Amino acid sequence: MAKKVLMKGNEAMSEAAIIAGCRHYFGYPITPQNEVAAYLSKRLTDLGGVFLQAESEVSAVNMVFGASAAGARVMTSSSSPGMSLKQEGISYLAAGSLPCVVANVMRAGPGLGNITPSQADYFQSTKGGGHGDYHIICLAPNSVQEMADLTVLAFDLADKYLIPSMILTDGMVGQMLEEITLPEYKTPDDLPEKDWVLGGAKGRERNIARTLWLYPEDAVEKNNILLQERYAYLQENEIRFEEYLLDDAEYIFTAFGISSRICKGAITRLRESGIKAGLFRPITVWPFPYKALEKYSLNKQVKFFFDVELNAGQMLEDVKLAVNGNKPVHFYGRFGGYVPGIGEIIDEFNKYV
Amino acid sequence: MNNVSEKNLEKVFTRPKSMIETEFHYCPGCSHQIVHRLIGEIIDELGIQDNIIGIAPVGCAVLAYDYWDIDMSEAAHGRVPAVATGLKRVKPDTLVFGYQGDGDLAAIGMAETIHAANRGENFTIIFINNAIYGMTGGQMAPTTLPGQITSTTPYGRDVSDVGYPIKVCELLATLATPAYIERTTITTPKNVLKTKKAIKKAFQYQIDKKGYSFIEVVSSCPTRWGLSPIDSFKWIEENMLKFFKPGVFKDF
Ligand SMILES: Cc1ncc(C[n+]2csc(CCOP(=O)(O)OP(=O)(O)O)c2C)c(N)n1
Ligand code: SF4
Repeated sequence: MAKKVLMKGNEAMSEAAIIAGCRHYFGYPITPQNEVAAYLSKRLTDLGGVFLQAESEVSAVNMVFGASAAGARVMTSSSSPGMSLKQEGISYLAAGSLPCVVANVMRAGPGLGNITPSQADYFQSTKGGGHGDYHIICLAPNSVQEMADLTVLAFDLADKYLIPSMILTDGMVGQMLEEITLPEYKTPDDLPEKDWVLGGAKGRERNIARTLWLYPEDAVEKNNILLQERYAYLQENEIRFEEYLLDDAEYIFTAFGISSRICKGAITRLRESGIKAGLFRPITVWPFPYKALEKYSLNKQVKFFFDVELNAGQMLEDVKLAVNGNKPVHFYGRFGGYVPGIGEIIDEFNKYV
Repeated sequence: MNNVSEKNLEKVFTRPKSMIETEFHYCPGCSHQIVHRLIGEIIDELGIQDNIIGIAPVGCAVLAYDYWDIDMSEAAHGRVPAVATGLKRVKPDTLVFGYQGDGDLAAIGMAETIHAANRGENFTIIFINNAIYGMTGGQMAPTTLPGQITSTTPYGRDVSDVGYPIKVCELLATLATPAYIERTTITTPKNVLKTKKAIKKAFQYQIDKKGYSFIEVVSSCPTRWGLSPIDSFKWIEENMLKFFKPGVFKDF
């Protein structure tokens, strides 16, 4: 049995990057994710890897572009205001089919907002964020254990599908301490071979990392078709979600990340008083589990859905798309910077029962 | 029929082997193609065609990867030094060079430029300073001369409003870390050869792991200047070189 360790979410994510074989990190300081840089600057230096504090998030993400094009497993992390700056680079990474892992430890916005936890970058993360028709894989952990597990998965999926992956978390999951079991360390042999990388065209045709298609014969539409086919495949094959007490549920909470932890507490208390509540938690917020959620909306016993987020109702739009008018969908959100307690959520829920 | 058989003639001037057999998309008299060819010659002479990565900018040279038969990357506007940093940090033994215009390098990409230079990243930046934005239609660049007319300075660059042109070599030379900084031009065969020597030296410094090298080439943009190729070269000599003086600003 692997031994248990007590870790902060941000540190678990950082160690998981090492576990996944990442030896290159580029970032710019911002709260509440500074533990990542503190942790990786030491770990990567000790391992002979590269930790580089860039001059801005714009630079950091473009360094990721270069490192990814050179074939490395590479990571950057930031929090909401910094993520706005990274969107340019993410669009280019997506266009160029370059794998990498980007973590957003969300804080309240808009503007400088606050350094306290929030989930207000759901739209930015799942609907593109930068310019052009693109998506990235977006994983939303709700525990320190998942910060580790999903980070390793993020690297594997990025390499498998040649796409940027995001860990979409928040200041609370990032900073909380929990006991976890770290995944197995990967060896260089575990990492996929890449025949598209830049590094000198020795004994092969040259490679180009490109995001521009000017000529009719290599039209930009071809690249968009390739991207859309990839997204369609991911929507069929890489959906992840958690179903909690749903078999007999009459009331289904929907929530991702930290909100789902609070909802679970509320569900336990509601069940104690005989109310059959359950939770549907998307883990991949992109691709979103529309079909799995729709299935529950067709269950006769389900009375309504109750979506809880730390924003003004962003995932709510996807929940409504999935439920497709089959059942009412109610919502409770705080704007981030303030995390509601179990009692507050139950009070809101009871307004609809 | 020509009675001189090809067999009896020795070919003394050919396309560098590292360059792709195609036509340049650049305007007649544009410096980009001269510098492209020099880079091709140097790649051949150093024998590094299979151990080099080039990075194209956003600007008229955005299609630079169509011309050298080497591994190439694109970069978002101004981000060449950041992309180069990522590439070089993963492939420290592969030669990495970035190629940038003045808008790319000294406006939108100034932060990346200064910080890569200051870190002493072991790569080479080739800076084509043509005092204007070529690709987008001839707008003012950070290097547009005082009084110079562009599509966004119809009455000439007014330094009391938008300041003086930025001398990038001089600026970077204030930093302690860069290994080699030189400014050249391409107005005469002699100057072309000087430019080639400078770029080759920069590549050699990189191979010898001496650190950051930066070559500015004072260049022409006949199309956006509204001058003939010949008058463009005259304009460089008479105007640009007075402001952007060729020379070595740093050499370790
Ligand atoms: C983020 C962004 N902003 C603006 C542009 C439009 N743009 C393309 S090239 C260019 C200027 C290029 O000028 P310069 O770097 O001087 O190169 P030249 O064309 O003169 O060689 C601009 C502003 C862009 N592609 N991306
Ligand atoms: S517009 Fe200017 S810089 Fe661009 S190709 Fe023509 S001459 Fe060269």
